[in-house]
Amino acid sequence: MKILKTLVFLGMLLATGMAGATALSSYTFDSKEEEQAFRDFTAELRCLVCQNQSLAESDADLADDLRREVYTMWRQGRPQEEIIDFLVSRYGDFVLYDPPLKPSTYILWFGPFLLFVAGVVVLMRTLKRKNEDREVELTEEDKQRLSELLQDANENQDSKI
Amino acid sequence: MIPEIGHFALILALCLAIAQAVFPLAGSLNNTPSWVALARPLAWGQALFLGIAIGALTYSFLVNDFSVSYVAYNSNTRLPIVYKISAVWGAHEGSLLLWAFFLGAWGAAIAIFSRHLAREVVGRVLAVMGMINIGFLLFMLITSNPFERMFPIPAEGRDLNPLLQDPGLALHPPTLYLGYVGFSVAFGFAIAALIGGRLDASWARWSRPWTTVAWVWLTLGITIGSWWAYYELGWGGWWFWDPVENASFMPWLAGTALMHSLAVTEKRGAFRSWTVMLALLAFSLSLLGTFLVRSGVLTSVHAFAADPARGLFILIFLLVVVGGSLALYAWRAPTIFGGGRFDLISRESFLLGNNLLLTVLTFLILFGTLAPLIYDAMNWGKISVGFPWFNRMFLMVTPFLAILLGFGPLMHWKRTDGAALMRKLRIAAIVSIVIGLIGFWPAISNGSLLVPLGLFLAAWLVTSLVVSIRDRLKHKRGLGGFLSDFGSSGGRSYYGMVLGHLGVAMFILGATMVSNHGIEKDVRMAPGESAEISGYRFVFDGVTRTPGPNFIANRGKFRVFRGDDEITILEPEKRTYLVQQMPMTEAAIDWGLTRDLYVSLGEDLGGGDWSMRLYYKPFVRWIWLGGLFMAFGGILAVTDPRYRSLKRKKKQEAPAGAAAPASLATENN
Repeated sequence: MKILKTLVFLGMLLATGMAGATALSSYTFDSKEEEQAFRDFTAELRCLVCQNQSLAESDADLADDLRREVYTMWRQGRPQEEIIDFLVSRYGDFVLYDPPLKPSTYILWFGPFLLFVAGVVVLMRTLKRKNEDREVELTEEDKQRLSELLQDANENQDSKI
Repeated sequence: MIPEIGHFALILALCLAIAQAVFPLAGSLNNTPSWVALARPLAWGQALFLGIAIGALTYSFLVNDFSVSYVAYNSNTRLPIVYKISAVWGAHEGSLLLWAFFLGAWGAAIAIFSRHLAREVVGRVLAVMGMINIGFLLFMLITSNPFERMFPIPAEGRDLNPLLQDPGLALHPPTLYLGYVGFSVAFGFAIAALIGGRLDASWARWSRPWTTVAWVWLTLGITIGSWWAYYELGWGGWWFWDPVENASFMPWLAGTALMHSLAVTEKRGAFRSWTVMLALLAFSLSLLGTFLVRSGVLTSVHAFAADPARGLFILIFLLVVVGGSLALYAWRAPTIFGGGRFDLISRESFLLGNNLLLTVLTFLILFGTLAPLIYDAMNWGKISVGFPWFNRMFLMVTPFLAILLGFGPLMHWKRTDGAALMRKLRIAAIVSIVIGLIGFWPAISNGSLLVPLGLFLAAWLVTSLVVSIRDRLKHKRGLGGFLSDFGSSGGRSYYGMVLGHLGVAMFILGATMVSNHGIEKDVRMAPGESAEISGYRFVFDGVTRTPGPNFIANRGKFRVFRGDDEITILEPEKRTYLVQQMPMTEAAIDWGLTRDLYVSLGEDLGGGDWSMRLYYKPFVRWIWLGGLFMAFGGILAVTDPRYRSLKRKKKQEAPAGAAAPASLATENN
């Protein structure tokens, strides 16, 4: 699944890391990179008792317990997929900020593409039509009528002011 | 007594709103000018009574009248005066009152600045705004009355939520609401035009400055909100794709599309029905946003609303407004024809592309925001849609938007010579591609493809704007040439556009840099210890207890060194607010154009040790500077002389007395 998603979104999966981080000060890591990777990983997990906060930044007790559990698994060298599977089996997809790709979420993942494609189709058709539209040529009669109308309009306007 | 006056004023405002919704509209349809003429005085009356209501509530806060339950729940005798005032809109009931008051104020503004407009049009616009305010006032009086008394009267108030005791929050809701409510004017104009069947260039020209002003407020509101979240929540982030944030971003996107589409409708008479649709959309999304936030449906995904009556009211009101306006659109819009032809390469087609992308973005965010609700309602399971999904989808669309944006200002209406355009932009393209390629260099890219992309797009926007300015000034020399162009009719609109687009470039640069080069570090330090990030050394000097007006703070002291030079002292606080016993982090920030240094205090670990977070945030200020540039661009555009030529004309023709209002309105010819 992960591979498919990566293929679908090319390089876009490279996380941008907009979320913050918290009290990892009591955890030890082998390197700065590992700490950052752990932070990025927990930033995509939802704190279940908070309003809308990730596990990386929540100070709630429950978040702290879960973070510790994730940290233990992480330090045991279990792969991320396995940790995710474990969390999902316990808490459901709700715990993942990045919704998984599976039949029930196809609409979430591919809906926007359909929207985009539909938009482009409408755009193309409009452009084509507008491109083929003819500029309306005014006949002599039309022009005369137009200038009369404009005259009227101007007089009206003056009287209003 | 005073709260009852406020309550009574609300009821009177509702009565006036009903009259305002009925008589001017009915009068415009059955040719009864005296009914139509009621619109202006009614709008004035509504603004007046809503002003009295909000004044009464403010007074209740200032005198600590805890018999008013809204005051009791959101204030305290020890709350500083500034926050007593901002507490007026600090919670549900009061923020609705602010909304209604702003709607009244916009109505009064229309009454002032629309004297040259046909009375039927003004009548209809004000009637539509009256209808909207009926909804809000009813909602307030039935389910959320801010003036409700409580008994027994508590001796002390529960205090304002400490998160909201901050200058950013004093400013954020009013600016945001001015934007939300401002789109009701564009909405009113669209509905009025649909009813009257007159949707011409003058309609577009008239709604344009109003739309821009509303958009400016919304831009400022979102910018201030993001800045507030950054320093107040202590998490160092500036956007989380939280539903509440999305609720403000959607109308902004739709409003941005509307501004651009209105330009085409005004100048070329094209896209009329599309423009109307966007006006309906922008306001509908404002309403949806307000209500999603206010009903609590999104903060707590499990219950539709804390109070089922509120939820139901909201749902019905939304259905009436959105459904009603869409039905009217479906009925009347097919009668709207218009617009001349244009080529594939023309300003029209590029603006249409801009509109398409902005609309796709809007719906994408709407979809992602509502998806958890939809899944829950359909029993498809509980899901979360968070920042990874939004970032990915957002990044799929925005690069195209930014590329189009570079071309836009150089395009001509109707037809652009593609080869000439390419010649003009050749150097800009080369320069920005080179800058993008430099971005691949590991020290700059930091391993992310987004850095070269972001640098390329920012450079492309800036260089193409430079080309556009040179193109515009090619027959004018020096500073004098620029100044005369700036002062000319349409000059400020153009330079406003330049500033706005420059703001986009600044935002892209800031977001790219801070997202990929930001450093954060969680550390545990004892007094005297130090930690280093990105060449800055933070020396921790310990924590002292410092009392505040309604809180006690633990204030940490950090001396920050670069090399051997001490560059600043940072004093972050961990506050405990006395009444709500809520801990709050107050981050300390040393800000700069190229980087912020940010310290937020964590927990007391005993023995003088504290946990803390240190951040290095490169170019983060550019995100909000970009927002300010966009807003300032909008202000520049609405002060364009061409919107004032009517005023001059009036003054010339009626020199004695009759001071012409400082009109936002447009010339007639």
